[in-house]
Amino acid sequence: MKAVILGGTKGMGRELARCLAERGDRVFLLGRKPEVLEKTAKDLEIRGAAGGVATTLCDLRRPEGFGPALDQAQAALDDFDTVIVTAGMIGGDQASLEDDAEACADLLTVNFANTILFCEEARRRLLRRGGGNLVVFSSVAGDRGRKPVILYGATKAGLSSYMEGLDHKFHEQGLRALLVKPGFVKTGMTAGLKPPPFAGEPRPVAERVLRAMDRGDSLVYVPAMWRWIMFVIQLLPRAVMRRIGF
Amino acid sequence: MSTIAGWGRYPIVQGTERRSEDLEAATRDALLVRGLGRSYGDASLPPLEGQTVINSTLADRLIAFEPETGILRAEAGFSLFDLNRLFLQRGWATPVSPGTQFVTLGGMVASDVHGRNHHVKGCFGEHVRALRMRVADGRILEVTEANERELFRATLGGMGLTGHILEVEVQLEAIPSAWIFRESLQVYNLAELITNLRESSLDWPFTACWVDSMKRGPQMGRGIVTRGRWAEPHEAPAKPPRPRKGPAVPIDFPGWVLSSLTISAFNSLYFHKHGRSLKRGVVHPWTFSYPLDAIGSWNRIYGRRGFAQYQCVLPIENDPSVVQRFFEVMTSSGEASFLTVVKDCGAEGKGMLSFPRPGISIALDLPMHADKTQAITDALNEVVIAAGGRIYLTKDALTRPDHFRAMEPRLDAWNAVRKKWDPDGLIRSALSVRLLGDEA
Repeated sequence: MKAVILGGTKGMGRELARCLAERGDRVFLLGRKPEVLEKTAKDLEIRGAAGGVATTLCDLRRPEGFGPALDQAQAALDDFDTVIVTAGMIGGDQASLEDDAEACADLLTVNFANTILFCEEARRRLLRRGGGNLVVFSSVAGDRGRKPVILYGATKAGLSSYMEGLDHKFHEQGLRALLVKPGFVKTGMTAGLKPPPFAGEPRPVAERVLRAMDRGDSLVYVPAMWRWIMFVIQLLPRAVMRRIGF
Repeated sequence: MSTIAGWGRYPIVQGTERRSEDLEAATRDALLVRGLGRSYGDASLPPLEGQTVINSTLADRLIAFEPETGILRAEAGFSLFDLNRLFLQRGWATPVSPGTQFVTLGGMVASDVHGRNHHVKGCFGEHVRALRMRVADGRILEVTEANERELFRATLGGMGLTGHILEVEVQLEAIPSAWIFRESLQVYNLAELITNLRESSLDWPFTACWVDSMKRGPQMGRGIVTRGRWAEPHEAPAKPPRPRKGPAVPIDFPGWVLSSLTISAFNSLYFHKHGRSLKRGVVHPWTFSYPLDAIGSWNRIYGRRGFAQYQCVLPIENDPSVVQRFFEVMTSSGEASFLTVVKDCGAEGKGMLSFPRPGISIALDLPMHADKTQAITDALNEVVIAAGGRIYLTKDALTRPDHFRAMEPRLDAWNAVRKKWDPDGLIRSALSVRLLGDEA
């Protein structure tokens, strides 16, 4: 596998990059901070990534850089077959976002509009070579409108819908669009939050995503339990959802 | 806020554990760093309810590895489990391993862990080349034997109290294969145990003895001596050993599951199952080094009450009968140790407060029974003090400060170094409050 990862320096993306590196796949990292990219690349090289790990800067706030960054990756990997997007943001708690239009706009832009613009650049390149994997981390928060994550959930609902559409339209042409829906995973991003029951660890989550990629699945919940949790939550009547805090 | 406890699940405190991938930033003004929480007592706990400790386990990047020399540098949260998973198959192993691989490099330094090869390899700290640390005044330093000898030596076995460990550089050991050649045999009493253990240590790099701690009288100290070495390539299976995942204990067992009666029955069964003959063969390195890791959350068998580990080392140069005395006090106490391990220790290492010294080390698992466990700890500590031995802080939850001082003539020197680097006592733990007189 020759994979480009946006968000591979942290959390689940880093763990997924490690899984690929440890089995000898080739990896190219996209991220915002040069020194963090460099340290992560070194970590992946020691773990066994084939042919060294190159990196380049790419920021979800700067869509004009998406195309050039992917072109660089394509040159460095001699054409990639997999693009993974784990980058994204929580953007603060719902209450503070409700009073801060600027932060709200930033969240919507980064998690939804720009993530999709990045995926579009990736999709075009993958289709041009006859297909490949596009793996995008959305969230279970997109499965149902919920009080504590209205805005964050909305961005993820949009992203999930986009990924499902891609799968329907381009599956025939060889695009394997894998939509990953993580529940609560104990990463640096969620470090300030109280973990709910069934919170996951990055490593088993990454291993499960990797199996889904290898099988060519189009949807995976991680940890697996969250599929059933969200199944139940989706069945709850609105009258109930209005009353509970979840 | 949630509960924080060591592996013995006693004591338990309410506190916040903050995980961060950026240990350098997270340790700014931090009270304490903990790793995988495998020290048994209160070493990785905050001094007061409600305080925050930093969890290092997400700070686990590899920083450098030289395949020619086996020198590895990694962030402090990198686990021994990952080290084994990644490096055994490449022909490199940690030179010193404790009885579990669910520990971090930072924790291995803070406890200056020892293993079954202590008589040849010493503690982990003997193989540490450099540390990167955030000291109490906020500076980040590269700490080696050459440039900061005192701080380096005080940090090996310093229980994380001399500064926050950010990175560890260690010399790995080249191994002929990733498998272990093992022999095991029964011994029928204490004298035989000690003789056999010491003789085995002359020829074998790994030695230890499981003891049926319920036996009294002439059979006191009967057990199974296990010895091993890395298997030669021609003995070992062609493929490297695969990581294994065993079952986990799903619930806290009720208290009666581990009573004197069941422990006694289990010990007898385990002893007789081995049989009288010498057993030998090549085994999976995990089976050999980490038998308990095969059962996830095994600490739950002790139930909600938790358990206390107790480990001491007794010098026997002058008076070998001290081991006998220790076993007599233990077996007559009425408290049962579920798992007892005896090991001969080699020379003292560099760590100013490291546990091992020449003699016989004895490790016990005691199900927690309020006052009774405290009383047996006190009684055993008195034997240890009289013999000139000491206890292992990583296992301890119950030792009294006056007992600790009586067995640690090295404490003043270590305290002086700690005081020099942290004059205001910013870095503390529940253990340092209990034993070292820190203010909570």
